[in-house]
Amino acid sequence: MSVFLKIDDVSRLFGPKLSTGEKIAAKLGAKVETRSVRAVSDVSLSIRKGETLGLVGESGCGKSTLGRLIAGILPPTSGSVSIDAAAVMENGRKVTTRVQTVFQDPFASLDPRMKVGETVAEGPIAHGLTTKSGAKTYVAEWFERVGLDPVWVDRYPHQFSGGQRQRIAIARALAMKPDVLICDEPVASLDVSIQAQIINLFLELTQGLDLTCVFISHDLSVVQHVSDRVAVMYLGRIVELGPVAEVFGQPAHPYTAALFGSVPKLVLDADELVRFDSIEGEVPSPLSPPSGCYYHPRCPLASDKCRTAQPATTEISDLRAVACHHFETQLSGQ
Amino acid sequence: MSDPVLSVQNLTTHFFTRAGVVKAVDGVSFDLARGEIMGLVGESGSGKTVTGFSLLGLVDAPGRIVDGSVKLNGTDLLTLPASDLRARRGREISMIFQDPIATLNPMLTIGQQMLLAVEAHERLSKRAATARAAELLTQVGIPSAEMRLRAYPHEFSGGMRQRVAIAIALLHRPAVIVADEPTTALDVSIQAQILLQMRDLAAETGTAMIWISHDLAVVSSLASKLAVMYAGRIVEQGPTADLLRDPRHPYTAGLIASLPAMTTPGLPLTQIPGTTPSLLSLPVGCPFAPRCDRSSEECQRDPEMTDQGDRGWRCFHPVTRPAEVPA
Repeated sequence: MSVFLKIDDVSRLFGPKLSTGEKIAAKLGAKVETRSVRAVSDVSLSIRKGETLGLVGESGCGKSTLGRLIAGILPPTSGSVSIDAAAVMENGRKVTTRVQTVFQDPFASLDPRMKVGETVAEGPIAHGLTTKSGAKTYVAEWFERVGLDPVWVDRYPHQFSGGQRQRIAIARALAMKPDVLICDEPVASLDVSIQAQIINLFLELTQGLDLTCVFISHDLSVVQHVSDRVAVMYLGRIVELGPVAEVFGQPAHPYTAALFGSVPKLVLDADELVRFDSIEGEVPSPLSPPSGCYYHPRCPLASDKCRTAQPATTEISDLRAVACHHFETQLSGQ
Repeated sequence: MSDPVLSVQNLTTHFFTRAGVVKAVDGVSFDLARGEIMGLVGESGSGKTVTGFSLLGLVDAPGRIVDGSVKLNGTDLLTLPASDLRARRGREISMIFQDPIATLNPMLTIGQQMLLAVEAHERLSKRAATARAAELLTQVGIPSAEMRLRAYPHEFSGGMRQRVAIAIALLHRPAVIVADEPTTALDVSIQAQILLQMRDLAAETGTAMIWISHDLAVVSSLASKLAVMYAGRIVEQGPTADLLRDPRHPYTAGLIASLPAMTTPGLPLTQIPGTTPSLLSLPVGCPFAPRCDRSSEECQRDPEMTDQGDRGWRCFHPVTRPAEVPA
């Protein structure tokens, strides 16, 4: 397997920024919050060229932070990200344009005071992909590619609907001719009928342009639809990784199984009593994660070992890995 | 069927804006039996939230309910004086909102807020009211309720705050609860817990519920009947399983077909072309016609709701049941 996008043992901590006064107070023994949150913890991933990796998990699991680390928006506290063996960041600065991001909220991610054509042209002009005089045709091409009428380049974001804005955001990302596209919940804020349009556009573009993608979403059915492989995150760690059909069909981690079990499904049989395998309790605070396996307080398979020892990531097959002491029990119990 | 608890007839709410009249809710009618859960589904701007607000008389200027009746146990809420309506709101009909951070007062403890809600409608000793509040918190799944009554909203997680909001809505055992996307802001694992509890509570207490949501899967697992809204009107209604298995309105059929679960992974999804029309300038006739592949001349007129027993749709060219495919 040739690795294209490599995420090597990446971690990211968020600590409180202490003022000088607070630092003195802490020295003198006052109670000042100095703990930091490990938003992403020792994550390693290898993604092939043209592959789409789905990243799922509940809010606060670190999936967006991981997306930002890969995109070079945030510097990692330790570890590194590289595309085609070239580092994305050097000395805390992004040094490549080969990775671009599409964000969740197209109302917040477009400058309301810039014409949308200027927004799309800004990056390519700055990086020499087009010239000021050629920008108009360049932008028009991308507008057509994402299904927008090129005559709209002189309009402002407020003149567009949510779905159209997301198309503009996609055009802006693709106009930079990236190899890697990070999509952070790109359809979460859209209506159901518009969601389908954007997902179709995404499928068409990633296949047509041979893009490598990281697709972040809390909507499992969307991830299942667009991804080749899926990574499940819990409290900053990847707990399971594998081809979509295998992970969805036969989860190896108890959390994956429980997460999939709690998704409401379209019920077509009136007599069928719907049952959810709801997970007990809530996600613990990342400020004080539990000892051992982070999932053990909510896990039906938890044993003494889980309370003390952090499970290592075990490779079940070439493309599949899981971090659980009892994955064999989980797999055989189905 | 026994008399419905809630009977809504031709509910019409318009917003009189400078740009023109926005027909947010345009002739909505439905009945709700005791303990029944109805799912009200639609996309943003379809009028589902304004319908919910109208039922409780919560529509503010420039909006106004211009026509229709909302009969709760036989009394028309729309003709009541404001003070009478206020006496019933929260006691006989209550609402749960989408965002539990915005609905709870950050300056008061959960206990203080719940006592205010009790005292608004009943004269109870503080001790009795506190006991009631604690009992309800326990019922919605909040552990060590008595201690939690002394906590402030920021000390609760999102899921727990929504449980508190649900407990407040249940305080007076109302006949009807209007729930406006109460689980949309929550994670799936918490959503599953709350959906389970709400279903059990409705069955236990006989409270009828209107569950407003954009998510077909959520309502299908909870509601016994569905109403699908488009551009301010109900375009199709019927028992949940029937309606989802055999949708008649092309819009309902399109919504269901566009779900990712309905297509093999990796293949293009079925999509509804175009976008929802502006409520300021609705097309003549059927509002879905411009996006509909079944539309004809006839759709220039406005279709009436057909009456087919417990089902109904507003369409001249309903989708017919596909030939049964042997499994």
